Amino acid sequence: MTTGRLRSLRNTVGVAMLCWFAACGPTPAESPDQTKIVVKNFMFVPMSLTVKPGSTVTWANMDDEPHTVVSNTGLFRSGAMDTNESFSFKFDKPGTYPFTCSIHPRMVGIIVVQ
Amino acid sequence: MSDEKLLQSRRSALKCMAFGGAGTLFALAGGVFTPIELAVAAADKQSAARLGKPLFVQISDTHIGFNKDANPDVNATLTQSIDLVNGMPEQPALIIHTGDITHLSKAAEFDLAQQMFSRLRTTEMHTVPGEHDTTDATVREYFNRFGKASDNKGYYSFDHAGVHFVALINVLQFKPGGLGTLGTEQLAWVAADLKGRSNSTPIVVFAHMPLWTIYEPWGWGTGDSEQLMSQLRRFGSVTVLNGHIHQIVQKVEGNVTFHTARSTAYPQPTAGTGPGPGPLKVPTDQLPNMLGVTRVSVVKHPRSLALSDTTIA
Repeated sequence: MTTGRLRSLRNTVGVAMLCWFAACGPTPAESPDQTKIVVKNFMFVPMSLTVKPGSTVTWANMDDEPHTVVSNTGLFRSGAMDTNESFSFKFDKPGTYPFTCSIHPRMVGIIVVQ
Repeated sequence: MSDEKLLQSRRSALKCMAFGGAGTLFALAGGVFTPIELAVAAADKQSAARLGKPLFVQISDTHIGFNKDANPDVNATLTQSIDLVNGMPEQPALIIHTGDITHLSKAAEFDLAQQMFSRLRTTEMHTVPGEHDTTDATVREYFNRFGKASDNKGYYSFDHAGVHFVALINVLQFKPGGLGTLGTEQLAWVAADLKGRSNSTPIVVFAHMPLWTIYEPWGWGTGDSEQLMSQLRRFGSVTVLNGHIHQIVQKVEGNVTFHTARSTAYPQPTAGTGPGPGPLKVPTDQLPNMLGVTRVSVVKHPRSLALSDTTIA
């Protein structure tokens, strides 16, 4: 049971990732990096990002130290992202979504969906 | 200081390092903290004997799973640290691990760490998790293996040789932008746990993140630790042991000694040096001088605890 559920979850994540690559690979030329947040030198860059509803935001860790992305409200949570690993989340509804790194809680950022 | 004197003291410091790693040994008697160089202690058997029987050894920040430049082989340095402990002439009664057992909270990392710890001649080990051990939302991997002592709460206490040990968790309730947190529930539990204990009971408190503010911008502290300290000040001998910052920082306040341990995996920069508290790359031949364990002994007269740090160099 558990394994099956896990597998289906993994498949869902896999499909989500595929969709993301398919959708964002050839992103419109006008703003290629607008949904990407780089984690570098213990900072989220940019710290604040405004996207349209339905956008998928990807956080990519470029530090030698692992980081996490954890929503303050519990909406999303990455595991530990090691160097060059990333995490994505799709924002469907308008709103403001503050997040932090649970390993280094002084690292904070915010996604504004409007 | 004249150049000649400076040279002399540097020479004796180097001699000390050559003799016993870069360790310095601290005897705590009646709240007075007295550093004794390891070389001196080793040369003077009586003073070494005064340091008492080893009660426990603190291992910290083993970061199994880390493989970056600062130390591509953390398994080897943990093995060296374990050999160091196993080679102590008198074996400690307990091992205390102050967290960041793993680097990424992965099951395979925990399994490997446990397998490596099983080589320790001292079999009784007490742990608290670090923030690297709890990155999975449910903390399942840590609690499945180490949760029994605390009923999956993360905090618990026990007694050994007349010393009362209090294990605390301060890596679960981070406030964004803030320091580590103990939380009201845990603090209330501590109050109940200490209630009725005599002031003369030696207390050892251990948690992963420093229970005193070392450097707030890097989160090196615990936001509500004052509510803990106010409960500890009445005791005649309190030793507060932490990890997290991968280097030795210590202070004494009244009868309370605060001490952070070295990591067995990699060093970190001193507070505020560089962009953040990440792995510090040092020349390979210097690395063993920056990794090691802390040994804590009971001193009988007057009854208190003595700390000594040993590197794997």
